[in-house]
Amino acid sequence: MTRKFILASFVGASLMTACASQPDPVEEVVEAPIAAPEPVTQTPPPRVVQDTTPPPVVLPPDPNLPIPGTADDFAYQSGGEPRVFFAYNRYELTNEARDVLRRQANWLQIYSEYTAVIEGHADERGTREYNLALAERRADSVRAFLVSQGVTPNRLRTVSYGKERPIDPRSNEEGWARNRNGFTNLNSSSSS
Amino acid sequence: MKAVIAVLSAVIGWLMLTVSSAQAQIEIDITKGNLDPTPIAVPDFIGTDAQSRQIGRDVAEVIRADLERSGLFKSLDPASFLETQTNIDYEPTFADWRIIRAEALVSGRIVTDSPTRVRVEFRLWDVFAGKQLAGIRFATTPQNWRRSAHKASDAIYKALTGEDGYFDSRIVYIDESGPKTNRKKRLAIMDQDGHSPQYLLAGSDLVLTPRFSPNSQKITYMSYENNRPQVYQLEIETGRRELLGDFPGMTFAPRFSPDGNKLIMSMSRRGNSDLYVMDLRSRSTNRLTTDPAIDVSGSFSPDGRKVVFNSDRGGSPQLYVMNADGTGIKRISFGKGRYNAPVWSPRGDKIAFVKSQGGKFSIGVMNPDGSGERQLTESYMDEGPTWSPNGRVIIFSRSTRGRNAKAEIWSVDLTGQNLRKMPTPGQASDPAWSPILP
Repeated sequence: MTRKFILASFVGASLMTACASQPDPVEEVVEAPIAAPEPVTQTPPPRVVQDTTPPPVVLPPDPNLPIPGTADDFAYQSGGEPRVFFAYNRYELTNEARDVLRRQANWLQIYSEYTAVIEGHADERGTREYNLALAERRADSVRAFLVSQGVTPNRLRTVSYGKERPIDPRSNEEGWARNRNGFTNLNSSSSS
Repeated sequence: MKAVIAVLSAVIGWLMLTVSSAQAQIEIDITKGNLDPTPIAVPDFIGTDAQSRQIGRDVAEVIRADLERSGLFKSLDPASFLETQTNIDYEPTFADWRIIRAEALVSGRIVTDSPTRVRVEFRLWDVFAGKQLAGIRFATTPQNWRRSAHKASDAIYKALTGEDGYFDSRIVYIDESGPKTNRKKRLAIMDQDGHSPQYLLAGSDLVLTPRFSPNSQKITYMSYENNRPQVYQLEIETGRRELLGDFPGMTFAPRFSPDGNKLIMSMSRRGNSDLYVMDLRSRSTNRLTTDPAIDVSGSFSPDGRKVVFNSDRGGSPQLYVMNADGTGIKRISFGKGRYNAPVWSPRGDKIAFVKSQGGKFSIGVMNPDGSGERQLTESYMDEGPTWSPNGRVIIFSRSTRGRNAKAEIWSVDLTGQNLRKMPTPGQASDPAWSPILP
């Protein structure tokens, strides 16, 4: 009841101000049903409860994880081995390869004392000289991506091995797929 | 490696060699596949002492094997011979040779002139015409009898086919050992029949794609000696080897020009391989292709005016021919599949290549304008064709499939006939045939 009155007098006030400029009378305005307001609830401040669980124990490093900053760590961060794979006769990086290389690039930026030789490899189903050129393109794709992610270009060089250094001896889809790769060989022969 | 330059002189026209080929009845058409090889009799050469008799047996055996392997001849079994000549200056009893169906007869002897000099003399007879076709004499050291045997085979081949032979020549190749995932590859050389294999380099660096210079004295190849692929040349005589240009990118797929003064190779920059020519005297390089695609495996025509090469500029690897200065590039391969590794024949009339289709690799030939394509072989992996000096035979690498894959060298003639595995001491790949030795 009180709320209706307040509302009615408010409307009346609006009408009066409106009348000054707009002479058209407005007859009824308070017809629409008004939803009942939520009851106001009082939220008490959160209680301070003492945590009775023991604080976390500081564990020694996981002996199964490589020591950060080592070549093993680099391989681990790359997902097992620092190698990305390509489709048959292709040298474009797959999304998966890009993910791996982003992690490699991060790592290389943290551990800036390392250089790397990017080895390009091809499977055995191609002629020797063409495969050297193809594997060189793969190595260059890897290098260019690492550089695009912030690795200084002069820390990376490429070597194509064509089909000369297979890692999988099988002559089947699985073996060929493994052998089409770009391998980030940390620190190897960087002096030459 | 020590020189194998022979003290070898040939006197062609020895005694009364005068029969022109027009009078000969033997005709061997080597442009067709020879399914009916010509029967030829090569008795052991006569000798007058123990050493010359031994050389005589050895020389005849090498000649028989050379001719037989060519696929053009059937070397008759000496056990079937009816006549045993004791003096080759008399006409043979042709009837005795006709009975065993010999069409040609080689009768020869070894004469010891001094402890350091022997003569290898022989006459080639047309058995059915009853005519001498050739009478030839070589002088050499007793140790060098093998080369005189190959020279004799070349002379016989030429007298009977009208074309130069290819037996006195050598093959440079890559000797392979070890498991597939840890392969050792070494530069090696052997006679064209697989005899006298030798390593050419002491080291164990990965070495690939050796090729002869046109004078057979030098080899160009690619090596990882500096931990990256670069092109080298090696003087066979002296063992002196030399890096050909120290470029920032990989250099690979080298081949000499026909005059031996230039080298065509591929060089990659930022991953892109293009063809370059190096002048071997000034060492200046000239870029021939600028396409962003892979351009590789350049090979000069024998007149030095054209280059055939491999490019994937059209989306897949195909063969292209251009002028030697890089202008006028034209695609010549249009069949189904991918084409690689073209090599111009020393005769100029054909280009050999590798074709891959349906998971198989084959050796093929086509005319330099791309017409007349013909497939000669097929396997899991046939690659790296190289021509015999006379352009009639192609040898190539064949790799078998699987974990224990074998690397082998095979030969096939231009018609696709006479497919044979070459004898090599171990596993072998990347053969390159020398010109006829000087």
